Amino acid sequence: MQDLLYFFQQLINGLTIGSTYALIAIGYTMVYGIIGMINFAHGEIYMIGAYTALIAITGLAALGIAWLPVILIVALVCAMIVSSSMGWAVERVAYRPVRGRHRLIPLISAIGMSIFLQNYVHLAQGSRNIGFPALIEGGFRFGSADSFQTSISYMQITIFITTLVCMTLLSLFISRSRIGRACRAVSQDLGMANLLGIDTNRIISATFIIGAALAAVAGLFLGMYYGSIDPLFGFIAGLKAFTAAVLGGIGSIPGAMLGGLILGVAESMTSGYLSGEYKDVVSFGLLILILLFKPTGLLGKPEVEKI
Amino acid sequence: MAAHNLKHALFCAIVTLVIAYPILGFNLVASGTDIILEGAKTRTVILVLLAAVAVFLFQLFRDNVMALLGKAPALNPLANRQPMEQGKRLKLESIVLTLIIVGALFWPFFVSRGAVDLATLVLIYIMLALGLNVVVGLAGLLDLGYVAFYAVGAYTFALLSQYYGFSFWLALPLGALLAALFGLVLGFPVLRLRGDYLAIVTLGFGEIIRILLNNMTSLTGGPNGIGGIPDPTLFGMEFGRRVKEEGNTSFHETLGIAYSSEHKVIFLYLIALVLAVITALVIRRLMRMPVGRAWEALREDEIAARSLGLSRTAVKLSAFTIGAFFAGFAGTVFASKQGFISPESFVFLESAIILAIVVLGGMGSQIGVILAAIAVTTLPELAREFSEYRMLIFGAAMVLMMVWRPQGLLPMRRTHIELKAQE
Repeated sequence: MQDLLYFFQQLINGLTIGSTYALIAIGYTMVYGIIGMINFAHGEIYMIGAYTALIAITGLAALGIAWLPVILIVALVCAMIVSSSMGWAVERVAYRPVRGRHRLIPLISAIGMSIFLQNYVHLAQGSRNIGFPALIEGGFRFGSADSFQTSISYMQITIFITTLVCMTLLSLFISRSRIGRACRAVSQDLGMANLLGIDTNRIISATFIIGAALAAVAGLFLGMYYGSIDPLFGFIAGLKAFTAAVLGGIGSIPGAMLGGLILGVAESMTSGYLSGEYKDVVSFGLLILILLFKPTGLLGKPEVEKI
Repeated sequence: MAAHNLKHALFCAIVTLVIAYPILGFNLVASGTDIILEGAKTRTVILVLLAAVAVFLFQLFRDNVMALLGKAPALNPLANRQPMEQGKRLKLESIVLTLIIVGALFWPFFVSRGAVDLATLVLIYIMLALGLNVVVGLAGLLDLGYVAFYAVGAYTFALLSQYYGFSFWLALPLGALLAALFGLVLGFPVLRLRGDYLAIVTLGFGEIIRILLNNMTSLTGGPNGIGGIPDPTLFGMEFGRRVKEEGNTSFHETLGIAYSSEHKVIFLYLIALVLAVITALVIRRLMRMPVGRAWEALREDEIAARSLGLSRTAVKLSAFTIGAFFAGFAGTVFASKQGFISPESFVFLESAIILAIVVLGGMGSQIGVILAAIAVTTLPELAREFSEYRMLIFGAAMVLMMVWRPQGLLPMRRTHIELKAQE
């Protein structure tokens, strides 16, 4: 019984983390699906989202506003606006001029952008990690009080539900809206979509904006969940999210969700049953194994090499 | 057109404000357990506003500005210069190189100890950058975990000297070979991957190595690192004041000169110099050998190269292994120079710096990479007040280089045979 409760605890923790990974992974997978590049600076955009959210939360606290829904919504909206603008600007400055060149050139440009943004926040806000208020406290507990208890906090529930809502909205947007249809068209064939009168530059910008906005949501939640942020924390989270995107099949949106959840659970099982230090080793090892044995991921389509 | 420009310019200016103001305009300050928000200095706020205005004006007059910039090359007096004749250029190059090497041999005897120390570091970076240049510049494989091989070299020496008392000269080839072996073992499965996947896998590998070094505390000392790494000896002569190991003699006593701590620093510098020159020469030879041609052929067009009978795995693997070998070389020298190593020295940022050197210098170009290594390592030391902006400038420079001059500052030029017009 106790083992089972322990297992469920790890599963719940894993699903919480995994759902935020999935939110970040959407940004990687959409950009890759459309222009075929790894947006290396995406992890930094997520980190900037977390910082903006924290600034908004402390700002509201200074103004004396303490009603939780207002704080959450204002922080979310601020983070999404700043991150989306950042995503748009990064695409314009660093990626659009090098689009269509040799594969390595946009990637190196993206790495440069990632270093730049990390140090931008580092210089502006200092390198120390800053505590992030939990905001949502309390939770349910299962199991008898004298042995191990499985706890589900309200924060975990909020994170999980918000992620689900975001994913549903995104799926509806992609499948129903005009821009969503254009997105799908561009990802199938950019040149053809252009010929048919779709403004592909706008669609690519839209992709970056959507990805950045979702990353900002993840930034707020992971900041709250971990309880502190620093300018470097986007880097590892970005790598994990990229792993999730590859795991699910890069270019596929349901794949990113699935990959995120699997990765989150795998990680929390490692820290629960082996040791917390090795959870990064497990996720990078997983990434290497997938790329070696099933580079298309779980739900991805095989890529045909054109001559 | 004008109205459209105005709208776009306004939009860009607003975006600039949105991305700059919240992060730069407010400072999160910890006071006790709470965090409070402080407004930034007025100067910062004014600078942010100025930046927004500058973006607005640039976007508004974008066409005019671009037209002006387009004319700029005409003002450059060197623009229409005929390239120097090949034979002459090669001769000049070899003369200049010889002069530089001879100068570098005698230079440390006249400058301060700190300068020699810095120069040793520069030489280590030159070795690393030349090695990575083979992988990235020549073979076109983006390796983001290059620092892992550097770490393998450094830790090989540190561990061998700690547990088995190996000396520098014995550990140097072993460190390089072990790093090459790691490159071979990692490369074998992953080199089938496409360019950008390869980049991520090597990055993951670099992180795994660092995490393992950090956590295998019983073997590597974990975050505390390994200290007491011995200095290199010269034919059994030690450079310390007292001889540490039996059977060795001390340098200053044998030569009958007064003890000076500078001897050791200069000796290390000379070792690094010799190794860097060897690295440069070996790679220069390799570039002209069939294997070097194969690297470039595969980089330019993989399908065409394979259809001509090149083995993809063998060619890529050779580049990867040779790159790793020189990183191991550099790692051993680094461990010996520092006398102490810890996983802190082998973070991803280090890989990024080496990559930045290769990119700035011009992928494939040896002279360019060497000059870039010197510039990137010494400039932050010379301009101390700018050193905190170092990485910011690196990042921006990498982006700008890719946008404007992806071939680098001194692009590679190969020797070729020119057809002469029939008379």
